[in-house]
Amino acid sequence: MDDIILQILNGLDKGSAYALIALGLTLIFGTLGVVNFAHGALFMIGAFCAVTLQKLLSLERIEVSATEKTAWGTPLEIKTPYAELWFGHDFGAAIIDWSVPLAILFAIPVMLAIGYVMERGLIKHFYKRPHADQILVTFGLAIVLQELIKHYYGANPIPTPAPSAFRGSFDFGVLLGFDAGSIIYPYWRMVYFAFSAVIIGAVFAFLQFTTFGMVVRAGMADRETVGLLGINIDRRFTIMFGLAAAVAGLAGVMYTPINSPNYHMGMDFLVLSFVVVVVGGMGSLPGAVLAGFLLGILESFASYSPIKNFFETWLFLPSIDQIIIYLVAIIILLTRPRGLMGRKGVMED
Amino acid sequence: MSKNDVTRRGVLRTGAVAGAGLALPTIFTASSAAAFTNEPTGGTVTLGFNVPQTGPYADEGMDELRAFELAVEHLNNGGGCLDTFSSKALKGNGILGKQVKFVTGDTQTKSDAARASAKSMIEKDGAIMISGGSSSGVAVAVQGLCQEAGIIFMAGLTHSNDTTGKDKKKNGFRHFFNAYMSGAALAPVLQKAYGSDRKAYHLTADYTWGWTQQESIQAATEALGWQTVNNVLTPLAATDFSAYIAPVLNSGADVLILNHYGGNMVNSLTQAVQFGLRDKMANGKQFEVVVPLYSELMAKGAGANIKGVFGSTNWSWTLQDAGTQAFVKAFGAKYGFPPSNAAQTCYAQTLLYADAVERAGSFNPCAVAEALEGFEFDGLGNGPTLYRADDHQCFKDVLVMKGKESPANEYDALEVVEVTPRAQVEYAPDHPMFAGGDLGQCNPGA
Repeated sequence: MDDIILQILNGLDKGSAYALIALGLTLIFGTLGVVNFAHGALFMIGAFCAVTLQKLLSLERIEVSATEKTAWGTPLEIKTPYAELWFGHDFGAAIIDWSVPLAILFAIPVMLAIGYVMERGLIKHFYKRPHADQILVTFGLAIVLQELIKHYYGANPIPTPAPSAFRGSFDFGVLLGFDAGSIIYPYWRMVYFAFSAVIIGAVFAFLQFTTFGMVVRAGMADRETVGLLGINIDRRFTIMFGLAAAVAGLAGVMYTPINSPNYHMGMDFLVLSFVVVVVGGMGSLPGAVLAGFLLGILESFASYSPIKNFFETWLFLPSIDQIIIYLVAIIILLTRPRGLMGRKGVMED
Repeated sequence: MSKNDVTRRGVLRTGAVAGAGLALPTIFTASSAAAFTNEPTGGTVTLGFNVPQTGPYADEGMDELRAFELAVEHLNNGGGCLDTFSSKALKGNGILGKQVKFVTGDTQTKSDAARASAKSMIEKDGAIMISGGSSSGVAVAVQGLCQEAGIIFMAGLTHSNDTTGKDKKKNGFRHFFNAYMSGAALAPVLQKAYGSDRKAYHLTADYTWGWTQQESIQAATEALGWQTVNNVLTPLAATDFSAYIAPVLNSGADVLILNHYGGNMVNSLTQAVQFGLRDKMANGKQFEVVVPLYSELMAKGAGANIKGVFGSTNWSWTLQDAGTQAFVKAFGAKYGFPPSNAAQTCYAQTLLYADAVERAGSFNPCAVAEALEGFEFDGLGNGPTLYRADDHQCFKDVLVMKGKESPANEYDALEVVEVTPRAQVEYAPDHPMFAGGDLGQCNPGA
């Protein structure tokens, strides 16, 4: 039982990332009708916002020693972070320690700006083009973005730890009446899940309870009629693109302590997030969130060795952990062609 | 009425004879002009360095390239380990008096891309030797290609037993250590640190290196009396290992062995620490994590999570022997930071190849192979070393490393806890973990 609870918990944080990316994808597809294969790259750029802020906050004053040398023969460099020089040792160290949460403030304007520039500079030219063109151009853009990141930050993962207050893990075993240490879950993953819930809730509240959101929802249902009412729906949709980029970026920022970011992390999530969107139902925001968590948990269970061994031994399906999401997607689409929460008439022109 | 004597058979017969006649001089020309593939004829000789310049191991590839460039500089102008190398055949005037040039290829850490770039360097650039690599899959593929082409392959970073085991080739040579040696070096240190009564859980990268690494470390730890609780294969492309790590908590294991390398290792180790495994008590003992193969670049990526974790390396820039000091000083002066152990093996391989050519007095790959086989040397940073003739594997001391508690700088993440003597990591050429292969015959190509 404790193992089952653990796998559910594990699925929640991965599901949170899937849900946040899929939410942005659905928003863009629902509003602009664009299949955005660069959305994974936006997640990755968000993560590198955290890396950048960490690097900026850790900038050091370098003094070259006149007498001492390194073991490899170059003059010894004595480095002191500017943050510690300017704000004192303790406060300066605390600022560096909290660089990931602080990166949220840094990432929001950066991601909104990137989203705006991307939409106005490139995506808008492909609104009326076939989906295949949109996929090609956004996929190409994703590769350009990831190569740029690799050029400036290198190919290796960059450690971006959580604040020391959130390192370590919580013992759910004791809380739920199991043996101590049997259900351990890292604090930061709990933070990530809570953060995702807040972001998802905020997006839904924004769409549900504001006039802006109401117009966007109306535009998603019937763009032409909203236009005929004299509302500039394009401008609102551009803002939604920026918002979707910001959601993906924030998901990336907060994911950095879970997996050290590298230039390829966006691609790792992209395809699976598309499957999540399709399984949830094209254009359905609740469907994207539901499918994100569902597939995250399923993937987690498929990685559990007794289940993995069962599939390999009895069903002759090795590496079920790698294919479970696609298998489930096939089954769901065969039985519910519009996905879990897709509605008739939506995105079916 | 005219009679036509031309028949189909007649045309074919005549054509065949004429074709053979035309081809004959060409065949003679080819065999008389070059006794082996890419025989250097002018005042220069070209070496081909095939490393990952893009893809996940690009940083490691760049460090290898730096070392190759330095090696070429030393071959042409002297300096570095030429002064400490026990063989004095190299004079700093190129190889056999020919100025050394080099070309580079991008393996992308993909076997097919690596073969294509090696092929291009051999066929278009006239490379006489190919070296490099940061993956065993790539090394095995390129080694096979060099064997077919009649080129010497001096492997870079490749740690799978298969490279000099079932996939060994007469034209291929490995200076880097292997998975068996990691297990043999680590086992006594693990026994001393953690005792003989341990239960190990393995997470293993699902490809050739991961399989041989797991097999080796399992055999070595079981010989100590450790039990193996489980071995779970993880996909090479995995980035989130939490679903694989969580079951370890209740598995009854008290040691987690991560048979992962590169980004896999960084992520799995980071997540194992996040899940509190290093703070956990199991079976009345402190839970421990072991990483059999370390790399400096990956240690840097794992940050503080690596503290106190045991692993092994081929070499470390912190060693104090004359060969290491000479290489580290030359590398540091040129690039401003110390070299990785991937860089050191590439540097050593380039010098070893050049030295073998000088001693053989020829670039002929068969003569070079003969000069390398059974060659004993010192002064390149790994202590006394033997290039064993039976399998073309170097035998030398192996380093057991531990993540440092208080690193002085970003290059100081690992410390040497034991230099395992060569005798302890040696094995018979027909050892079962290396069985199934055959060196075959040397191929000079042409």
